[in-house]
Amino acid sequence: MAEQTLRRVSRRAHEDPTWVKWTLISIALTIMTLLVVVPLVDVFVEAFAAGIGTYWQNLTGDPDTRHSILLTLMVAPVAVALNLVFGLAAAWAIARFKFPGRAFLTALIDLPITVSPVVVGLFLLLLFGLQGFFGPWLREHDIHIVFAYPGLVMATCFVTFPVVARELIPLMEALGAEEEIAAVSLGAKPLQLWRMITLPNIKWGLLYGVILCNARAMGEFGAVFVVSGHIAGKTDTMPLRIEKLFQEYNLPGSFAVASVLALLALVTLLVKTTLEWRTRREIEEHKRMLTLGGEA
Amino acid sequence: MSITVKNVTKRFGGFVALDDVSLEVPAGELLALLGPSGSGKTTLLRIISGLETADGGTVYYQDEDVTDAAVRERNVGFVFQHYALFRHMNVFDNVAFGLRVRNRSRSEIKNRVHELIRLVQLEGLERSLPSQLSGGQRQRVALARALAAQLKVLLLDEPFGALDAKVRTELRQWLRRLHDELHVTSVFVTHDQEEAFEVSDRVVIMNKGKIEQIGSPAEIFERPANPFVMDFLGNVNVFHGSVQSGRATLGNIEVAYPEYMGSQSRTAMAFVRSHELEILTSKNGRPSLEAKVTHVNPARPVVKVRVYSEAFGVVLNVDLSWERFNELKLNAGDTVYVSPRQMRVFVQDYAI
Repeated sequence: MAEQTLRRVSRRAHEDPTWVKWTLISIALTIMTLLVVVPLVDVFVEAFAAGIGTYWQNLTGDPDTRHSILLTLMVAPVAVALNLVFGLAAAWAIARFKFPGRAFLTALIDLPITVSPVVVGLFLLLLFGLQGFFGPWLREHDIHIVFAYPGLVMATCFVTFPVVARELIPLMEALGAEEEIAAVSLGAKPLQLWRMITLPNIKWGLLYGVILCNARAMGEFGAVFVVSGHIAGKTDTMPLRIEKLFQEYNLPGSFAVASVLALLALVTLLVKTTLEWRTRREIEEHKRMLTLGGEA
Repeated sequence: MSITVKNVTKRFGGFVALDDVSLEVPAGELLALLGPSGSGKTTLLRIISGLETADGGTVYYQDEDVTDAAVRERNVGFVFQHYALFRHMNVFDNVAFGLRVRNRSRSEIKNRVHELIRLVQLEGLERSLPSQLSGGQRQRVALARALAAQLKVLLLDEPFGALDAKVRTELRQWLRRLHDELHVTSVFVTHDQEEAFEVSDRVVIMNKGKIEQIGSPAEIFERPANPFVMDFLGNVNVFHGSVQSGRATLGNIEVAYPEYMGSQSRTAMAFVRSHELEILTSKNGRPSLEAKVTHVNPARPVVKVRVYSEAFGVVLNVDLSWERFNELKLNAGDTVYVSPRQMRVFVQDYAI
């Protein structure tokens, strides 16, 4: 009790004056409202402006829009699945092993975040385009990557690559390898170790990474824009379709598709907050067990 | 199953953690590796377990060379310093782990786990998660888990290190009883000599990657092999002097030292334990040091008296029984005469 009071007093002593606190809070709130809340609300207002019937018609009536939704649902899960494998492998390597080039690999994982998605698209075009590096070979074997489904998956994959790995690396480092070493000493084989120890320990962080990755994959625009060739009904994903409808002055149609992506974002946010809370609790519990090992 | 370590060496960069260490642990023994931090005791334990690989030397289990065997193949039970319990598994599943990965039958697992949980006295907590247990309970789960697969070797890394004093004492007595029941060859690492001496059959004292002495607790206490062991055991006073022609001279105290009969004087150190010093209020003819009482600490079970000898510039710690203390009625500032009942003399190496 006394300790708690003491802590509260000392925290107050460290705090800035009230006016600073409230000025900062109101600035942050104003910016968030202007840049995030208002546009988000506007998307739904515009989408439903002519009623639910029209909204539904806008979403399902146009075959190209229907196809764009279907295509996104086909591209994103594959990209997420691939990144799940890449992310796990990268996180495992970085969090569990010391090897030359580890720091370089860690930095490299962040590259897709720092580089503009358009550059990624151009890069894929240069490699796999008909005039590109692998172009002649691809043409010979009649394989279509650019302006086709594989190109969309590759672009999406590259851009969303860091999401899963960046979520797992700090988590695995915080949890440490102790339980895994214990499991091995008890005779666990690699697959048993993974299934019985590692996966249950990182499952919330992993799920969070997957959901975040999915949201980013479905919303990806820049890289996909370059490699898709925007062929309506063939290579247009949802974000590309939104842009095209907007360019064609079909605002209700554009906002209807946009509202689906916005809804996805809101759901992701909700799940993310829940999962983050769970992950943090597990790490804290782990730390408490380490530091207070002896207490009852 | 016996354990033999032969000429094992281990380096971490420029640091020599183990320097040509050899050790034998007979089957069924409970052995303690005792030493200050950085002495190599944990590294030795990890090399025995296979968690660490030696740079040179061999490790045998019975007659089998296991030096290159992975930890998974060695079938040892290892108890980690922070227990490393599986946090998402309850007590039952933690203990069952070693059996499940070996694909034992469901009924066998159930029987064995219940037997172990009874053994470590955790009945009723089968469904609890590690985070819901006290430190002592977690430690016992870790032990049960390590014992589950009926292994022939049990290795424990600072098993009581993270527990508070009272739980520690209880648990180590319990570990000793458990060992007497199971007779599994066990090695544990500790930096607490009381713990090592109370629990183990034999103690290995380590320092700077080498073994200083191996022996039963009584042997080590009665006949410390060298100044390091003497000093490490603590509660000891050091006198500096010399030896010559079978006599050791330390200030005005002289004792026989038949181990060195040479006529050339050599530097020596003498160690006297606190309880081996006698305090007199007047001279009685025996060689003694005049000293002044500087501090009296009436602790239990002995009174700890600190005296200062001005002539030799040394502070001595003396443990007195309460009876003796009441007889002497010592106060700070009193002049007393201190004489050793017993002392151990070590001639220093030429190298020093």
